[in-house]
Amino acid sequence: MGRTLNAEVGKLKPGDRVTVKFEDRPGHLRTPWYIRGKTGWIERVHGEFLNPESLAYGRDGLPKKTLYLVAFNQSDIWGRTSNADKLLVDIYEHWLDPASN
Amino acid sequence: MTTATTEHGHDHPKHELSHCARRIYAIRDLLLEKGVITEKDIQCQIEYQEARSPANGAKLVARAWVDPAFKERFMADPKAVCAEMGIDASAINEFVVLENTERVRHMVVCTLCSCYPRPILGRPPDWYKSFNYRQRSVVDPRGVMREFGLDLPDDVEVRVHDSTADMRYLVLPVRPAGTEGWSEADLAKLVTRDSMIGVMDPLPAISE
Repeated sequence: MGRTLNAEVGKLKPGDRVTVKFEDRPGHLRTPWYIRGKTGWIERVHGEFLNPESLAYGRDGLPKKTLYLVAFNQSDIWGRTSNADKLLVDIYEHWLDPASN
Repeated sequence: MTTATTEHGHDHPKHELSHCARRIYAIRDLLLEKGVITEKDIQCQIEYQEARSPANGAKLVARAWVDPAFKERFMADPKAVCAEMGIDASAINEFVVLENTERVRHMVVCTLCSCYPRPILGRPPDWYKSFNYRQRSVVDPRGVMREFGLDLPDDVEVRVHDSTADMRYLVLPVRPAGTEGWSEADLAKLVTRDSMIGVMDPLPAISE
């Protein structure tokens, strides 16, 4: 896959297992519902971006948030497929908790 | 579209408008009235939106098929390569090229709205923005592909990318068999919009 803007940022690194926070609050949340509470792994570190949850309300988006490409097994999300298919979602660091292997 | 000139000097469509359409026209009228934008600005923006088309993406894909060094650079730094090719991708925050192989296929969706690499592919098709595609592409990507006419063997891995944030994704499809020696221009004709979203293969090679 193409370039990483800056892989040297953020607390997580490729291969780390992570669980998406199961949270809800009012606001412009870019974490889809179907992935909240699910466990996958960091596929790559995209870099740092202005926080959309702040930008959406006319604020400055700072501090920047590290954005990751997080991979999930389709079977771990929907529980009914047996193939190797994956789902990959861009998720900001403050939505991710480390998970055990 | 038939239009009727209103008292404030420009045309509105005559037919019944939806709530959203009425709101858009009201916002447009206010922006014009308050001098925030001009009618020329609107026209220029429409022309800019219309000028961007999947032909941009097809040009990039065809070049990547014939030139391995170009492909490497395109994968590594797509925005720089677009600039080199005269394609203005500056509006994209960042974009990633997903290379299909015989074993792995990528497919792109935005389940939250309609994020799409517009500078490269133009405006997204209506189905890309539909609830149907946005829901089903993540749950049953193989079923969606089948409806597009693509039946994948079980041992091919499907990777669905939900572009929820600042990244935009373009699929680099596998070059069709039987196109050895084809020119870049002829190859570009096989690269369909849907093959760059990842729901279909490029057109097959048909000898003339």
